[in-house]
Amino acid sequence: MDEAPLVIGTCKLTSRLIIGTGGAANLAVLERALVASGTELTTVAMRRADAEGGSGVLELLRRLGIELLPNTAGCRTAAEAVLTAQLAREALGTDLVKLEVHADDRTLLPDPIETLDAAERLAADGFTVFAYTNDDPVLALRLEEAGCAAVMPLGAPIGTGLGIRNPHNIELIVSRAGVPVILDAGIGTASDATLAMELGCDAVLLSTAVTRAADPERMAAAMRAGVVAGRLARGAGRVPQRFWAQASSPPR
Amino acid sequence: MEIKLNGTWTEFPDGATVAAVLDATGGQRPGIAVAVDGVVVRRADWPATAVPKGAAVDVLTAVQGG
Repeated sequence: MDEAPLVIGTCKLTSRLIIGTGGAANLAVLERALVASGTELTTVAMRRADAEGGSGVLELLRRLGIELLPNTAGCRTAAEAVLTAQLAREALGTDLVKLEVHADDRTLLPDPIETLDAAERLAADGFTVFAYTNDDPVLALRLEEAGCAAVMPLGAPIGTGLGIRNPHNIELIVSRAGVPVILDAGIGTASDATLAMELGCDAVLLSTAVTRAADPERMAAAMRAGVVAGRLARGAGRVPQRFWAQASSPPR
Repeated sequence: MEIKLNGTWTEFPDGATVAAVLDATGGQRPGIAVAVDGVVVRRADWPATAVPKGAAVDVLTAVQGG
């Protein structure tokens, strides 16, 4: 049941699970979780560097052969996000960027106006833009028109673990998208990741659900299996739901 | 002159370049990027770019996140 890799810009992914590195207790825990997840693409954040140098996460990801997806987390405006993306490109030598512009600290919901503005500017500047967005089917199309390489609707706010609150919207986004759709944020457990793939998403991005689980390595393995299961089920064509029973044994 | 290095006013010799500022504060190491007054200065331009007096210099690197 081999299939073609998921291609986003220059990025070719065999694994459809993208992991965020935030929230892990330490690098050793993170390493075990990343290996168990099978991920090939992992987010990092850009922050002011102290004189002692890096956090070690870059060295870890390089050693594991995992591609970097720098994010613009913490940015509140399009201008901040564009500068952060440009700094990430300069520091890390990648055109990939996870564009996220948060409206406020309590919800961390994406600001749609600033996100769209930044997406247009970054796409014009040659970036491969992965746009974190609300589960808004109209906005998803607008982001695609702006030149985003992938749209990443949330299942629920970041870090809530509430799962996919509006599956119908995710299906609507998938049904009209001309670029890959990656379910990003809100995943709590493996069945949420499975549902995302069953709804037709091309990949799942999560971090908290793994890094803050009691056993991150085990949960990473669960997410890996969940994504594979959902992808297989989507391709297999599920039976229609019925109101009345339908015997699965022959009549007497 | 004083420049605002990662948010903290810091004293440097007049005419200090981006490269000199980095050398004095952790080195021109891989995995970092520099913005002066909100504009990225490419690594190749660090030795030749003088930091203006009073400029905001931000040195960023990748950390766990997202």
